[in-house]
Amino acid sequence: MSVVTRVLLDVLKPHDPSVLDLACALGNLGDYRVRVRVLEMDKKTETLEIEVAGADVDFEAIQTVIRDLGAALHSVDEVDVSGVTLAPDAE
Amino acid sequence: MNLLRELGFLLRISHSHGIMRRYFVVNGFDGALTMLGLILGFIVTDRVPLPVVIGACLGATIALGVSGVSSAYLSETAERQRALSDLEEAMANSLQGSAHAQAARWVPLLIALVNGSAPLLISLLILTPLWLADAGIPLPLPALHMAMVVALLIIFLLGVFLGHVAGNSWWRSGLQTLLVALVTVGLILLLGT
Repeated sequence: MSVVTRVLLDVLKPHDPSVLDLACALGNLGDYRVRVRVLEMDKKTETLEIEVAGADVDFEAIQTVIRDLGAALHSVDEVDVSGVTLAPDAE
Repeated sequence: MNLLRELGFLLRISHSHGIMRRYFVVNGFDGALTMLGLILGFIVTDRVPLPVVIGACLGATIALGVSGVSSAYLSETAERQRALSDLEEAMANSLQGSAHAQAARWVPLLIALVNGSAPLLISLLILTPLWLADAGIPLPLPALHMAMVVALLIIFLLGVFLGHVAGNSWWRSGLQTLLVALVTVGLILLLGT
């Protein structure tokens, strides 16, 4: 079994909620380290590079937060995955 | 608490705090001046029974409240839907189910409630001396004059609130709105007698 430990996303979002709101909402999902970089600002939207890292990143939950805040996930640019060997009684 | 935080968030992303404040003052001022005008009209007319005054003022109060709620709801809904469509176009994506769609649904309702409740509550406050007098509770002034004093005080306080919002001198702003009310009183007395 493998777990996602880092994703790098390309996201388009309206100016509101702010980058800080989005980063905090993602950070609240778990014990994640979130880094957001604004790549481009347009009249009504901004393009972001979002990096979320943690011991076990829940990608579905990240997608939900992004969608709920009115943003759109354009692409998943990088993924880090770790293999986890399950104990025999956990299987 | 969570609901309040959620509503605060929706107001923030839709930049609606300023609009709500503006609606509160504008329609509250409308309500106070309407009541002031009605009460002065009754003072000038003379010898109108108190229940008639209360009935007429209450009718105007309810009409102001309903008008405030319905007009703000209809106009704000149209504006928010348009803003949502513009944003969807810029995003090239549907925003249904997002915080923006929720804001487009709930913010007009909140603004409408503020717009309707401001004149309603302010008018009811101005009518309080009339009810007290009607219930036989003694007042320091005749009921209509007391209601007029309350109306002038509320109009002054609305000015103070505006001064606070603008970061200007509160008493100067209060005196400005009071001056508008006194001009209204002057006009009514001039034309009504």
